[in-house]
Amino acid sequence: MTQLNLNKAPVLHIEHLSKSFDNLTVLKDISLDVHQGEVVSIIGPSGSGKSTLLRCCTLLETMTSGMLAFGDTIVCQSAARDTKQYASPETLRLVRQKFGLVFQNFNLFPHWSVMKNIIDAPISVQKRDKNEVIHDAELLLQKMGLADRGDYYPFQLSGGQQQRVSIARALINNPEILFFDEPTSALDPELTGEILKVIRDLAAEHMTMVIVTHEIEFARNVSDRVIFMAEGVIVEQGPANDVILHPTQERTRTFLANMRNK
Amino acid sequence: MNYGRMLLQLLEGLSYSISIFCWTLFFSLPLGLLVALCRMSKFTVLKQLARFCISVLRGTPLMLQLFLVFYGPYYIFKMPLTDTYRFLAVIIGFSVNYAAYFAEIYRAGIEAIPLGQYEAAQVLGYSRTQTFFKIIVPQVVKRILPPVTNEVITLVKDTSLAFTLTIPEMFSVARQWSSARTTMIPLIAAGVFYYVFNFLVAMLMERFEKYLNYYR
Repeated sequence: MTQLNLNKAPVLHIEHLSKSFDNLTVLKDISLDVHQGEVVSIIGPSGSGKSTLLRCCTLLETMTSGMLAFGDTIVCQSAARDTKQYASPETLRLVRQKFGLVFQNFNLFPHWSVMKNIIDAPISVQKRDKNEVIHDAELLLQKMGLADRGDYYPFQLSGGQQQRVSIARALINNPEILFFDEPTSALDPELTGEILKVIRDLAAEHMTMVIVTHEIEFARNVSDRVIFMAEGVIVEQGPANDVILHPTQERTRTFLANMRNK
Repeated sequence: MNYGRMLLQLLEGLSYSISIFCWTLFFSLPLGLLVALCRMSKFTVLKQLARFCISVLRGTPLMLQLFLVFYGPYYIFKMPLTDTYRFLAVIIGFSVNYAAYFAEIYRAGIEAIPLGQYEAAQVLGYSRTQTFFKIIVPQVVKRILPPVTNEVITLVKDTSLAFTLTIPEMFSVARQWSSARTTMIPLIAAGVFYYVFNFLVAMLMERFEKYLNYYR
């Protein structure tokens, strides 16, 4: 388990975050801190708001109220109830470099080679040095077991390989935190293992990660902390073994029992 | 009948047809994108205006539109009808009409791109302009190539409609020769030329399609 440095600002700080679509409230008063090196898994039934929470954190969705910060950078805050103030576009642009997101459906760019998928954003958005980026990308591909696949196009790769490319793409700018949105849900069962292994390796390197997943056993193995969400609230959270093996809430028990019976 | 002279005149007519074809593509391909973007705009007025224009342009005969463009300014502004404007009117009429068709093809192509592509681009920090031109447009081009080819082939044949504004394009020439000498031969010759023209166009488009087959 990771030793948490509680004196430092958490990598991700969420306070009283709420999100509604029209009149439907999907997230209610969520507060959550993720510290340097911590691996947090979010589990829960579909419609529990776990993906929406991830989308709010990655700025794909705007929250209705609450506070969101990455380290010392405040992304959004509320002065009063049901209000919010997002930071300037410039700040948001910079904050996007602090995190990476791995999608359920990979969302690689099909018209670009594997290499181009990884290096284009650092070169054309973050204006990093091209040779340095290519060097980093080669190391990442090697780490993902895809050293010889740089010139391939996404359609020539298996789902598991595509997802590993998208993990490399998310890692190329050395993010402080990596988000995973059900990274194995679009994969054939026999391919999920290779992705889980990559995430496990990243955990061993103390990469800070937030993982939305349906793989309960995996969540238990890899996470420092597990969060169980239902109906837009955090029902229960704690050390992975406690939440999954000895849940205290009835709602958590029902969910875990349902997952086991699948 | 002097076949040599006939062929020479047909080829002269063909040069008009080619000229109409090229100018129309030159203007309508980009204009179509502009119309498509208006059609997908968040501003209701712009969106409905684009929708209305597309509907009228696709819902009325091109021949009628050509008449309107050519004679309209004369009846409304008493603008004198010159031969320069005659050709210009053809280009304007064709370009605007084809832009409406291209706009709908573009729109279908753009809307077929999965939302995830935009989201991945956003998370990686691409600006909206970068996302559109680097990530969306190349994928749209590949998707719309078959329907665009269809329109382009139709355009080759549609250039014959310029005869209604008495442009001496190939079909007008063939018709004159044919009626003056009561023979089908000039029309058949023109048909062969149209076919060869289209054969080349189709071959070119197919090459382009094959080139884009490097990804799926």
